[in-house]
Amino acid sequence: MTQPLAASRSTLAPAERAEPSVIRVAEHTVEVVSDSGEGAQKCGQIFGAVSAKMGNGVWTVEIIPAEVQPPPRIPEGASGNRIRLGTGPVTNWGDAAHLVVAFNEQVLLARHRVGALAPGAILLLENMWATHEDPSIQSAWKAALEELSNSSYQIIPVPMEEQSLTLVENARRGKNMFALGLLACLYARDLERTREQIAHNFHGKSAEVYRRNVALLALGHRWAEEHLDFRIEVPTQPPTRPMVVMNGNEAIGMGAIAAGMDVCAMYPITPATSASHYLAEVFERFGGTLHQAEDEIAAVGVAIGASYAGKVAFTITSGPGLALKTEFLGLAAMTETPLVLVDVQRGGPSTGLPTKVEQSDLLAAVFGQPGDAPHVVLAPATIEECFHCMITARRIAEAFRMPVMVLTDANLATGVQPFPRPELDAAWQARAPDQSPVPAGLRAYDWDPRTGLSRRIIPGQPGGMHTLTGLSHDESSRVAYSADVHQRGAQMRSRKIAVFQDTLMPPSVYGDDAGEMLVVGWGSTKGAIEEAVDRARAEGLSVSSLHLTFLAPLEPGLKEIFGRFNKVMTVEINYSDEPGDPFITDTSRRRGQLSWLLRAQTLVDVDCWTRIYGEPLRPADILDGIRQRLPARGNA
Amino acid sequence: MSELNCSLLSCGSEDDRIFERDDYASARARWCAGCGDHSVLTAAQRLLAAEQLRPERTVFVSGIGCSSRFPHYMKTYGFHGLHGRALPVATGIKLHRPDLDVFVVMGDGDCCSIGAGHWIHAVRYNLNMVVLMLDNNIYALTKMQTSPTTPIEQVSKTQPHGGYLPPLNPLTVTLGVTNASFVAQTAEWSPPHLFATLQAAYRHPGFAFVRILQRCPVYMPESFRGAIDDRAQVELLDHENGVHVPELSKAYARQRAHDPRDLHAARQLAEDGDAVRLGVFFKDESRPRYEETRWRPARSAQEKIALLDTELDSYAV
Repeated sequence: MTQPLAASRSTLAPAERAEPSVIRVAEHTVEVVSDSGEGAQKCGQIFGAVSAKMGNGVWTVEIIPAEVQPPPRIPEGASGNRIRLGTGPVTNWGDAAHLVVAFNEQVLLARHRVGALAPGAILLLENMWATHEDPSIQSAWKAALEELSNSSYQIIPVPMEEQSLTLVENARRGKNMFALGLLACLYARDLERTREQIAHNFHGKSAEVYRRNVALLALGHRWAEEHLDFRIEVPTQPPTRPMVVMNGNEAIGMGAIAAGMDVCAMYPITPATSASHYLAEVFERFGGTLHQAEDEIAAVGVAIGASYAGKVAFTITSGPGLALKTEFLGLAAMTETPLVLVDVQRGGPSTGLPTKVEQSDLLAAVFGQPGDAPHVVLAPATIEECFHCMITARRIAEAFRMPVMVLTDANLATGVQPFPRPELDAAWQARAPDQSPVPAGLRAYDWDPRTGLSRRIIPGQPGGMHTLTGLSHDESSRVAYSADVHQRGAQMRSRKIAVFQDTLMPPSVYGDDAGEMLVVGWGSTKGAIEEAVDRARAEGLSVSSLHLTFLAPLEPGLKEIFGRFNKVMTVEINYSDEPGDPFITDTSRRRGQLSWLLRAQTLVDVDCWTRIYGEPLRPADILDGIRQRLPARGNA
Repeated sequence: MSELNCSLLSCGSEDDRIFERDDYASARARWCAGCGDHSVLTAAQRLLAAEQLRPERTVFVSGIGCSSRFPHYMKTYGFHGLHGRALPVATGIKLHRPDLDVFVVMGDGDCCSIGAGHWIHAVRYNLNMVVLMLDNNIYALTKMQTSPTTPIEQVSKTQPHGGYLPPLNPLTVTLGVTNASFVAQTAEWSPPHLFATLQAAYRHPGFAFVRILQRCPVYMPESFRGAIDDRAQVELLDHENGVHVPELSKAYARQRAHDPRDLHAARQLAEDGDAVRLGVFFKDESRPRYEETRWRPARSAQEKIALLDTELDSYAV
């Protein structure tokens, strides 16, 4: 799918206006970067949404600093958005940006230093800093441009501030819409749709704000028309079916509503919180409650209480919150109280990288609860799956009376992607809590001895009175005073996992069914892994991939599938030791989290290639990893 | 009780069952002989009978500790959860099922130590529930460790030379929280006062916090002895808006007319260490209740689907 930018571009003096040349590509990656608070994210979000609505494949990724307002003009403060556009579907953020709009040279430098800019990239750079009255800024500009000049970028100075000031007093509140105008012109975005999207993204703001933004959009558009001698055409394909476009946290929130959930109990934590923001806006209209609890522990406790009382409840958090919730998760498993927990993973351990993507909570999610607390862990791979997995999670939680954890991550949470509009089904909704009399003799846990499944009794049901307890207990929820009771309870709770696994299908293999290497992934990396596999196969390498949705229990048939490949390797965004590093041996090596699980489950020597750069994996990097770890050719 | 407590499921329906105290009794309580928890259990069962609460619509939620075994001995619904975390569970129940009568049972370690954060916030939420804090001044189930309410001179297994800090006063803490609506203290060794206080708590529309002074015969046989042996050390707070127990007027000479609407006086009385005060310190029925503030009409599945379809329209490509 990649197609390097071919032509070389330059600035154009207004006097020399001619027909601009058109660069026609199957895909293009754009970044908008600024200091925090200058609105590059808004600009990128609107550009991405308009592109999706026009029929481009889109994947967006937010570039977020750790602080709300870091000092201005420092590389670490870079804030913005990457938007990868394609003629066909786009499944990941790609490798590097082909065109960047930067509000100052320092944030641009930040992107350069992490290799986010493609060779030959077009850089539209605010030029006010070159002549700034502060000599230290001028010298910083010079040094930055010198550093950037070592690469083959095409830097185009743009007077964003100067232009914006013709319409607004404070260019910090407007430059982003000027930048949007530049992009709208360069990519021939439909201006009416762009204005609609501005109205959508600034809903709740005054008409004056809208008017000003639209004027700035027009100004940027006109400036680009008059001064830029190139256009970029990423042909659109009108979708063949109705599509929607949103980010993963919105999809989680909407999926929760579609799944019939009544309650979201949460405590603010990045990057999970925006799902709660969404629900705070809309949930009450659906009769739902978003409860902001006093802490992470209370949030899960409230969800468990609501669920016990017959409502459909979930809690949403990130790694540090997951750690705090573990005792309650054990209680939900022990009392067989349905519960959905969404963990929007970020960099860890501890406070880690709060705004950045990582897949480091897998083992904590699967094994984090002291004692044996069987439960289900699943991971959506796309924004679309973020929506649908909530329906699946609720069904499993209720049918199997157990906690279900949904692992997303910062990449999915803030990424925007179009997907087929869900066909809503009233059957997904919850019925009112069962308040019918309980059949005589029904016990708190009337375990089917074969499956461990039992019917849940809900407070309010006449004749069903009992006390659920976190203490070990028998079928009637009587406290265990004998070892037999404890063994049997554990067995019944565990049996449900096997019964659940029995309902799963073996995963399908992407690419050939057998070969030299099988790459195994989970969660948000699916698109990047499959793109890397496509490129590897285009190079003639015998590589396939497999993506897991269910991590606990693991999907069936893995050992058999693994046996058809000479090498199996996970690709994950968590830490693993590199073979060959000092002290790292086959026995001392700490591995990627999924590879631990797969090794334990299949007894196959599963390798791993993992990176934690605080950003989504790039297909090119995965491809390098595949090449490095592929068994020497001819040995197979 | 507030209007929300009138269950949509049962209002207007015939229910001619009459419940006796024994109808609320479940398994035989396994507390030690002489433990004050027995007395509280009896009082609670009496209360339920007096108020004719339907067992299936009553939920006892507890934490961990001796007193938290309470729900197992009630023939109602019960949730015996985690140490310190009874209040979040109870919040989840009451917030979403205001038709249920919710009682919370905690100990002093449960409420004032590991669960202290939830305690503060639950007082502020002011959900309509009865909260019994059985305060025996010690961790008893784990065999005698100092709790936040242990007297400073008390030797324990974790503070074998006596305590280091003065004990926490649960009444002043609760009375200090914004939106507190009912704060009372009673003692398990005075069944009439205990019953009257539980009844006042139950009838209060809001978060009714009752600290129950409770003897632990095994680890703290001496605690509260002064107040039990010498009734002059006890002062009853008497008021028609609080608790008024005529049968105790002879036994307890020291009585004070205290109007529980007076928060300032309540805080003063809770702070002053010159007497063990039993009665309602503070009561305000007008404080906002979280379950009412948050209540929204339920939507049918069809309504939700229609609304969600509209919502999806604004995200349509």
